[in-house]
Amino acid sequence: MIESLPLPIDAAWLLAVVQTLLFVFVAPLLSGWIKRIKCHMQNRAAPSVFQPYRDLAKLLRKHTVLAENASWLFRFTPYLVFAATILAAAVVPLIALQLPTAQIADVIVLVGFLALARFFLALAGLDIGTAFGGMGASREMMIGALAEPVLMMTAFTVSMSAATTNLSEAMGYTLSSGLVLRPSFLFAALGLMLVAVAETGRVPVDNPATHLELTMVHEAMILEYTGRHLALIEWASKIKLMVYLVLIANLFLPWGIATELTLAELGKGTVAIAGKLILLGMALVVWETVMAKMRIFRVPPYLGFAFLLSLLGMLTHVVLETGG
Amino acid sequence: MSPLDFVYIALIGALASALVSVGADRQPAVLRYANFGLLAISGAAAVVAGLWVLIGEAPVAAQLPLGLPWLPWHLRLDALSGLFLAVVGTLVFAISLYGPAYTRNYLHGKNRQSLIVLGLFTALFILGMYLVVLADDAFLFMIAWELMSVASYFLVAYQHQHAANRRAAFLYLLMAHVAGVAILLGFGVLAGFGGGFTFEKMRAAELSTTWASIAFALAFFGFGMKAGMVPLHAWLPEAHPVAPSHISALMSGVMLKVALYGLIRFVFDLIGDVQWQWGLVMLVTGACTTLLGVLYAMVRNNLKRLLAYSSIENVGIILSALGLSLIFLGTGHKIIGVLGLIAALYHIIGHALFKGLLFLGAGAIAHSAHEYDLNNMGGLIRRMPQTALFMLIGCLAIAGLPPLTGFVSEWLTFQVALQAPRLESGVLRTLIPLTAAMLALSAALAAATFVKVYGIAFLGRARSRQVRHAREVGLGMRAAMALLAIGCIVFGILPSTIIDVLGAIPKQLIGQAPVSATASGWLWLTPMSAKTASYSAPLVLIALVGIAALGFALLHVRATRMRRGYPWECGYGEVNTRMQYTATAFSQPIHRIFAPVWDLREQIDEKRHPAQPQQVQSIRHQLQALDKSWSTLYEPIGRLVLAGARRIGMLQTGSIHTYLSYSFFTLLLLLWVVT
Repeated sequence: MIESLPLPIDAAWLLAVVQTLLFVFVAPLLSGWIKRIKCHMQNRAAPSVFQPYRDLAKLLRKHTVLAENASWLFRFTPYLVFAATILAAAVVPLIALQLPTAQIADVIVLVGFLALARFFLALAGLDIGTAFGGMGASREMMIGALAEPVLMMTAFTVSMSAATTNLSEAMGYTLSSGLVLRPSFLFAALGLMLVAVAETGRVPVDNPATHLELTMVHEAMILEYTGRHLALIEWASKIKLMVYLVLIANLFLPWGIATELTLAELGKGTVAIAGKLILLGMALVVWETVMAKMRIFRVPPYLGFAFLLSLLGMLTHVVLETGG
Repeated sequence: MSPLDFVYIALIGALASALVSVGADRQPAVLRYANFGLLAISGAAAVVAGLWVLIGEAPVAAQLPLGLPWLPWHLRLDALSGLFLAVVGTLVFAISLYGPAYTRNYLHGKNRQSLIVLGLFTALFILGMYLVVLADDAFLFMIAWELMSVASYFLVAYQHQHAANRRAAFLYLLMAHVAGVAILLGFGVLAGFGGGFTFEKMRAAELSTTWASIAFALAFFGFGMKAGMVPLHAWLPEAHPVAPSHISALMSGVMLKVALYGLIRFVFDLIGDVQWQWGLVMLVTGACTTLLGVLYAMVRNNLKRLLAYSSIENVGIILSALGLSLIFLGTGHKIIGVLGLIAALYHIIGHALFKGLLFLGAGAIAHSAHEYDLNNMGGLIRRMPQTALFMLIGCLAIAGLPPLTGFVSEWLTFQVALQAPRLESGVLRTLIPLTAAMLALSAALAAATFVKVYGIAFLGRARSRQVRHAREVGLGMRAAMALLAIGCIVFGILPSTIIDVLGAIPKQLIGQAPVSATASGWLWLTPMSAKTASYSAPLVLIALVGIAALGFALLHVRATRMRRGYPWECGYGEVNTRMQYTATAFSQPIHRIFAPVWDLREQIDEKRHPAQPQQVQSIRHQLQALDKSWSTLYEPIGRLVLAGARRIGMLQTGSIHTYLSYSFFTLLLLLWVVT
């Protein structure tokens, strides 16, 4: 779009901010939707899709209880995690391509933002000095360390095809090259899905709904958080889930996303992404229902498999698609 | 005034500092003020001289009336040596702020040591590093190189009352000399073809590809060994941690960089005409070095040893970037090759800053808590709040997280690697993304490692009495750490401006500046073009701080009261410090997953109740993760050398008659050869 990258003041920037806000405020709804479908699927009484908003509002109102030896880092972490996750959301095109925020950071920086949030969460887990926090931090960093190369390989496969790491440009490339089946993209998408499940703490890697001592990963790390701090962290993890789902939806199936900044196109983009997220949410629910939670040391082979898939994706790209 | 005047100030300052420290044992104040004061002046002058040439772009040269009669010492300060001179100078300046308080450790008690040795060899070590980067002929280069190696040997052996330190120092000296021989032979090849020892003549040498490759292999071996490349790294984690902390900071922060300077000077400048196969070797070695370095770092519990292994990882990143650069230069993709070189240089600067900072922080902990073992630390963020803040910045930077300096160079390296589809060879197109994935894995493991360092040392609760009573360190030590921490931030958020300045180096070496990288102004970093990839560190920082501050303000305006309570302990009562996760526990999952990498020695002793054997009274768990390179590489070589020595030793009969006949037959043989 903009070859010379002007200073950030114009309508596109405004739209980018609006899109980010939409992203942030819709994320709880997506979680509510997933929870509702999951309850239906498992024959349980389902809460309203708006329940996550009520939970967040309640947490924001509640008193905050800090553990007695919590340092400033523990209080600072929720804000930083929230900010880093919002930044990650800001660079992922949701309803429209060619928004200037995608230029602030590319897909590698996006991975960096998520790593930054994870770094601080793990530190906060260690801050209190209980065994739970340490256990959660250690396991989360282990999973993160194994998931990150998969994420990178996926990103590399896509960006080597599209010759760009800019997410907006990469989606534009997929869009313009038409509906062709690329084996490399297929493998990359599968790898990304497996990593998304691991990174957002879903079954079978982790279970967001449990507080059983020995199986917690993410929940163990944030066990000591209460009130508004907990609200921010919970919200951030909902945004993170949505970031991954939007990434899968728009990177591999970008059709419907707005390519021009007109009202009709934007409307179409909104409907398209809503439909894709509803479907992806349902797919996630089916996956979570048919899988059983794994033992922690089953996770490395699982992520190893994801790495293999993304490696295959990269190799098929090199061997089949570039004619070398 | 010219940059050369500042160079002389730097050199004379270091030399004077060496001379004045002779009085240090009688008057400790001499060391604290005169020695470190002169070093501060010398460091500042080195920074000025280096930056002047780097920004001004005009190389300056001089001859010193020293050396051999037919070969005076040539000095030359160009953009490349300017950068390294500035990096060395920055760290020298930082340690001269840090040293006066830190060296008080060695005045009293059981740590009492000769201050003359410390002051003298610190200054000579620094002088050696200055001269290596300034040398313009192989003769001066080798003398300076040896000065650097030998002076640092005495610093490694400084606390020589421990046998382990003496052993480490000997190993260091041995490896430094094996490396030195390789470098000397490498220069020999170039001098043989160029007809002289000055770099000028070596540049002009016409080498066949075979000879150039031999020269490259020798230089890569020699400089790589000194830089700590796997599998030639074994000396590094032994030697770096046992020196005093400010010396460790210099050794890890800049001495490794001086070795990399040698490599860059040798390959990019003196040989000049590079082959992509060299790049492939370097890339693969670099990627393996990165991964093994970080895995070894992850399982260490001694803070300084962990940092030393992490230096190996970072050298691996730099070698990978240099390897990518060589591959692209060798295949004719000049612009991408230049970007690879820039990524390497950026990581060199970044690593000097954050590794210097982390070693100084480790020294600060040792100074006030007398502790190196992570498993005895904890809760230092409350006892040493400022040191904790600086260390946090250092840990974030080394973990390669945006928007700090470690991230910029890693991002650039990935961007270069992603240009692989432009290459002809399918093997390269496959291998490069694969090594990039290894780098990604290493970056993630590095983040885990530094969560361990920071989380175990500074957070939680103190695990030992000394740590519980630790005090914040003095102003000078804090100032040194603050200086480097600010560097980590500035180099993280202004990449375009800095790359603009660094551009002078590839322009001089390769004849091409990274124009596209900074084409969109200071706000944007666009390695290839705005469409391919862009990163705006300033905007990222503004957005991060802005959103966090906004959230804080919104939630704090109508904030409900905050109250302190007990952490959750499952209802069993008081949580004590022994219940915390330890450093060993933290790295246990990684241990299990990557078990084949180490030589693991695990021992569990259970003591059971004599009457009721099912009741365990105490458990002792010992875990040692040994460096596998010892058992697979060094020990066999050591045995081979000893066996060879024994064979040769058979000549030694102890009787003068035999020796005389040896001389006689040698003489005969030589006469026969001559005629």
